Amino acid sequence: MMNKLLLGRFIPGDSLIHRLDPRNKLLLSFYYIGIIFLANNWLTYLVLFFFTLFAVYLSNIKMGFFIRGVRPLIWLILFTVLLQVFFTRGGTTYWSWGPIVLSQFGIVNGIYIFMRFVLIIFMSTLLTLTTPPLSLADAIEAILKPLRVVHFPVYEVALMLSIALRFVPTLMDETEKIMNAQRARGVDFGEGNLFQQMRSVVPLLIPLFVSSFNRAEDLATAMEARGYQGGEGRSKYRILTWQARDTWTVLVFGLLTGVLVWLRA
Amino acid sequence: MAVDITFKDVAYTYQAGTPFESQALHDINLTIAEHSFTAIIGHTGSGKSTLVQHLNALLKPTSGTVTIGERKITPETNNKHLKPLRQKVGMVFQFPESQLFEETVAKDIAFGPMNFGMEATVAAKKAAEMLTLVGLPAELLERSPFDLSGGQMRRVAIAGVLAMAPEVLILDEPTAGLDPAGRREIMGMVERLHHEQHLTVVLITHRMEDVANYADHVVVMEQGTIAKVGRPQEVFQDVAWLQARQLGVPETTEFAARLQQRGFKFDQLPLTEAELAAALAPQLPREVVSQQHDE
Ligand SMILES: Nc1ncnc2c1ncn2[C@@H]1O[C@H](COP(=O)(O)OP(=O)(O)O)[C@@H](O)[C@H]1O
Ligand SMILES: [Mg+2]
Repeated sequence: MMNKLLLGRFIPGDSLIHRLDPRNKLLLSFYYIGIIFLANNWLTYLVLFFFTLFAVYLSNIKMGFFIRGVRPLIWLILFTVLLQVFFTRGGTTYWSWGPIVLSQFGIVNGIYIFMRFVLIIFMSTLLTLTTPPLSLADAIEAILKPLRVVHFPVYEVALMLSIALRFVPTLMDETEKIMNAQRARGVDFGEGNLFQQMRSVVPLLIPLFVSSFNRAEDLATAMEARGYQGGEGRSKYRILTWQARDTWTVLVFGLLTGVLVWLRA
Repeated sequence: MAVDITFKDVAYTYQAGTPFESQALHDINLTIAEHSFTAIIGHTGSGKSTLVQHLNALLKPTSGTVTIGERKITPETNNKHLKPLRQKVGMVFQFPESQLFEETVAKDIAFGPMNFGMEATVAAKKAAEMLTLVGLPAELLERSPFDLSGGQMRRVAIAGVLAMAPEVLILDEPTAGLDPAGRREIMGMVERLHHEQHLTVVLITHRMEDVANYADHVVVMEQGTIAKVGRPQEVFQDVAWLQARQLGVPETTEFAARLQQRGFKFDQLPLTEAELAAALAPQLPREVVSQQHDE
């Protein structure tokens, strides 16, 4: 069951997208979400659509993974889209019943909203599929660095984030192992009524907590034994370097923004 | 009811259908007879743990069939109604102490049997019985399992599986990380269960002495498939073959193999000290033998 959890999963590769600087990728992903809101007609959405497809193509990752990224959010998307469709008035009205209308504007807006969701999910999936979690943590640290002037604990937050990300797979393995051990003792996970399901979580959660605390303690001891000291002056093992290709992608995004501004209604 | 276990052309792939898929087992054909004591040896990552998780349908084969008693497990088998199977085939995972969760030792041991429908009062009695069986004093019953030593926790976990009264007992490296005394106690207990209660035992181990002393069948796993099956006496004859796979043989056998190079003769390499002594005695000069007896 853990194997199906794909959200936020890194797929190793050597594509152009994989090799981009993670700081750049992170910032550009946020920027992209921003400029999606510039789109307001068919043409601009079409441009964004092909731009996203092209980025997906460049990553060398199968389309299936991106579509799977949409699946967990499908109900939220449908709900939002239906609200738009049935409560927007304007243009030709095809059908109405009390406050509910089916109008030309409603349908168009619904399609736009749907596109917006899919584009945002595709782009953020692209970020997590092509960036190792620890690089992402490094990128976040680099981006948060200016906040040090207001005494924000950047190093500590970054360390917490890296440790948490590092232990996600470990914790997932551990979960599977303990679930199997309890299944062998006759527990049915995910069966029976709500009360039975809640009860079956106890034999899973308690061992997980115990092992996490043990692990945390071991990790702290190991770090102390090796003289760990965070903060100022600590050098890095993974060094992020800005390459020519990063500058190029920034320019491409600039161009995209220009095109959107020019084509929007 | 007989619980023979048969593997037919079994293959298993982890995370099949994703880019992370990795084949852990292939071409497995194997029968584990009722009341036998089967040892599974092999390098780390050779697929031993994956293999034994098919014995109680925790994993279903990606292709092929596993027959457990009368139940056939195929890739299409539904996940429901596997409980009777899980009760019959008890599984002690590697480092089983990590599965403890109840407030008291008694409750934790009773957890399994109660999941299989045993009355609370009966299960409590059973828990006390099992604690004695694994060699722990009764006053531990009301203690928290988290207050015990590592070796004691391990034995409580094993008691929790035995309390389900399985007919087949699977142990995945049950003595890993224990001191010699703890190891002997656990292996002695397994031996008793096998002899006195006629449990079918499947033991994964890295200790060739355990294989020599207790098992009547050995399965050698290599890179996801079975490289050799046989009685320990047969499998341990080929010392070079095993050592090439970094598996080794019992110390006694290794010693005998070295003696063989020095000119001693063995019809069959001995596995235990008693066998070695018996094979060696007629070959020694008379005085040496009588001197030893005088001591
Ligand atoms: N939960 C899992 N997900 C993916 N691969 C696994 C998992 N468990 C084991 N494997 C892989 O399957 C192979 C066999 O592992 P395992 O059965 O644990 O071997 P052994 O018990 O002999 O050390 C190994 O290559 C291992 O990496
Ligand atoms: Mg193993």
